[in-house]
Amino acid sequence: MITVLFFAKVREDLGVDRLRIAVDKAATLGELKYRLIEQHGGRWGQVLGASNLVQAVNHDVAKDQHTLSSGDEVAFFPPVTGG
Amino acid sequence: MIITVRVQTQDFDVTSELSLLRQQNKQVGAIVNFVGVVRDIHDNEEVATLELEHYPVMTEKSIASIIEQAQQRWELLGATVIHRVGKMTPADQIVLVAVSSLHRGEAFQACEFIMDFLKTQAPFWKKELTATGERWVDARAVDHQACRRWLEA
Repeated sequence: MITVLFFAKVREDLGVDRLRIAVDKAATLGELKYRLIEQHGGRWGQVLGASNLVQAVNHDVAKDQHTLSSGDEVAFFPPVTGG
Repeated sequence: MIITVRVQTQDFDVTSELSLLRQQNKQVGAIVNFVGVVRDIHDNEEVATLELEHYPVMTEKSIASIIEQAQQRWELLGATVIHRVGKMTPADQIVLVAVSSLHRGEAFQACEFIMDFLKTQAPFWKKELTATGERWVDARAVDHQACRRWLEA
């Protein structure tokens, strides 16, 4: 199982802050996104397909090709605006 | 080098933070600090409150990594970064970046470097409450340009 977190506008647009999901062995971050979009439909394609979406695995920014393992924490969020 | 990174809801006292940096190490000859403050007007609208959200653990990890990168570029003696989260109002302090070094040059540059990267990499998000409702603040291209400048230099 992996944990998926959503923050800020991404969380509000999807209406969910976290979910737990089982992933296939050697599944990539890109495949996880594709599965979430397929499962939920609606706005998910737009939100997770946005060109400025930021994604992280275990607190480091990661690319679509990143391979996931059980226990990973994935996060999706908009460009940061702190400071 | 002594590094302090804190993410907190409560306000911070700049004088006592700078005093700590000063007393940590007798070699310190310069301390430069930056304080970010909540503005009353943004995009021509009056801001009543600002709410800051963050991604716990990743924020601290990301700030620590930015300080590490600064350490590789300049000889630093200490660094303190405090970032507030939660609800704030205009004139409140949001963020403190303070750097100590032997001489001012390193401290000036490292302080700006840390702030530039914090703005574009640390996972914080601002939401403003204005007379017309709530709105998420958009990331600004100039902040990304400020960061690229360091990578090209």
